[in-house]
Amino acid sequence: MHELSLAQSIAEIAQQAASANGDRKVMSVGIRVGELSGVIVDSLTFCFAAITAGTTLEGAALRVDRVPVRAQCRECRTLCGVDNLVFLCPSCGSGDLDIIAGRELQVTDIEVNDEPGEQT
Amino acid sequence: MSVITIERKVLEKNDAIAQQNRELFARHGVFALNLVSSPGAGKTSLLEKTLEHLRGTLPVAVIEGDVQTDLDAQRVARYGVPAVQIITRGGCHLEAHLIRDALANISLEGISLLIIENVGNLVCPSNYDLGEAMKVVIASTTEGDDKPLKYPAMFRNASVLIINKIDLVPYVNTSPATLKANALQINPSLLTFETSCTTGAGIPQWCDWLRRQALR
Repeated sequence: MHELSLAQSIAEIAQQAASANGDRKVMSVGIRVGELSGVIVDSLTFCFAAITAGTTLEGAALRVDRVPVRAQCRECRTLCGVDNLVFLCPSCGSGDLDIIAGRELQVTDIEVNDEPGEQT
Repeated sequence: MSVITIERKVLEKNDAIAQQNRELFARHGVFALNLVSSPGAGKTSLLEKTLEHLRGTLPVAVIEGDVQTDLDAQRVARYGVPAVQIITRGGCHLEAHLIRDALANISLEGISLLIIENVGNLVCPSNYDLGEAMKVVIASTTEGDDKPLKYPAMFRNASVLIINKIDLVPYVNTSPATLKANALQINPSLLTFETSCTTGAGIPQWCDWLRRQALR
């Protein structure tokens, strides 16, 4: 259960961005989560709501962009998806794959209210 | 409504401190290992066997991570190595700043190998870079041979797999060959060792490899 500390980091990053942009009300926070990142999205969403309650981020939704695992074979350079965690090149059978997507854990953006007066 | 682009890593703070730790290890010529496994796989027992075997041949220091108690640091201190205990008080993994703080209590002068024993957990520690040279994952034969498939991120992020409790194979429904094949499916570049802390099997091979890495 490291989702709580991840949720805290996400809230911090979103808060900093909101402050740097005139303290506007954050409506939602976009994150990118790779399938190999080891993050349980339901727990993360729950933790995010719990730790933002009573803060300026209260009510902000978490928008999750899940990134499937993609790899490139180091032998034959074929690009492939990785289904069911079989890390084998579908073209030449090599197991020497370079993971090019699927490990992401990033805050991508925040959606904010344009009117300062809309602050709640 | 407007969108403000951020594009920052959630773990950027941890990663920055991990990088500082890594630079500190490099300055002192320390080879740092992050030992991970589920609870009860034998991390501390393997650590004890390793310290016993390396005694007098390689200067080692240990950082122990546990949710509660300093029992492990006490076990390790018996081998005459500098050992610091981190108690996470419920935290399920070690983070880079905890290692940085622990390092304030250990002199790395003259140390060649630092072994960090993480909290027993195959999920969370895989996300947190501590500044180590590599992660070593221990899977014991009593846990079944499907562990790598259930916890792929950890096995993918590790560089070494130790199959521990190899002496119990006759009594459990685990095939070390299947366990190894499952792990290699997730991570074909994994280096594997098979050990028993009861019979001592495989300990010399593991320690020889460790010595070569640390003295490189």
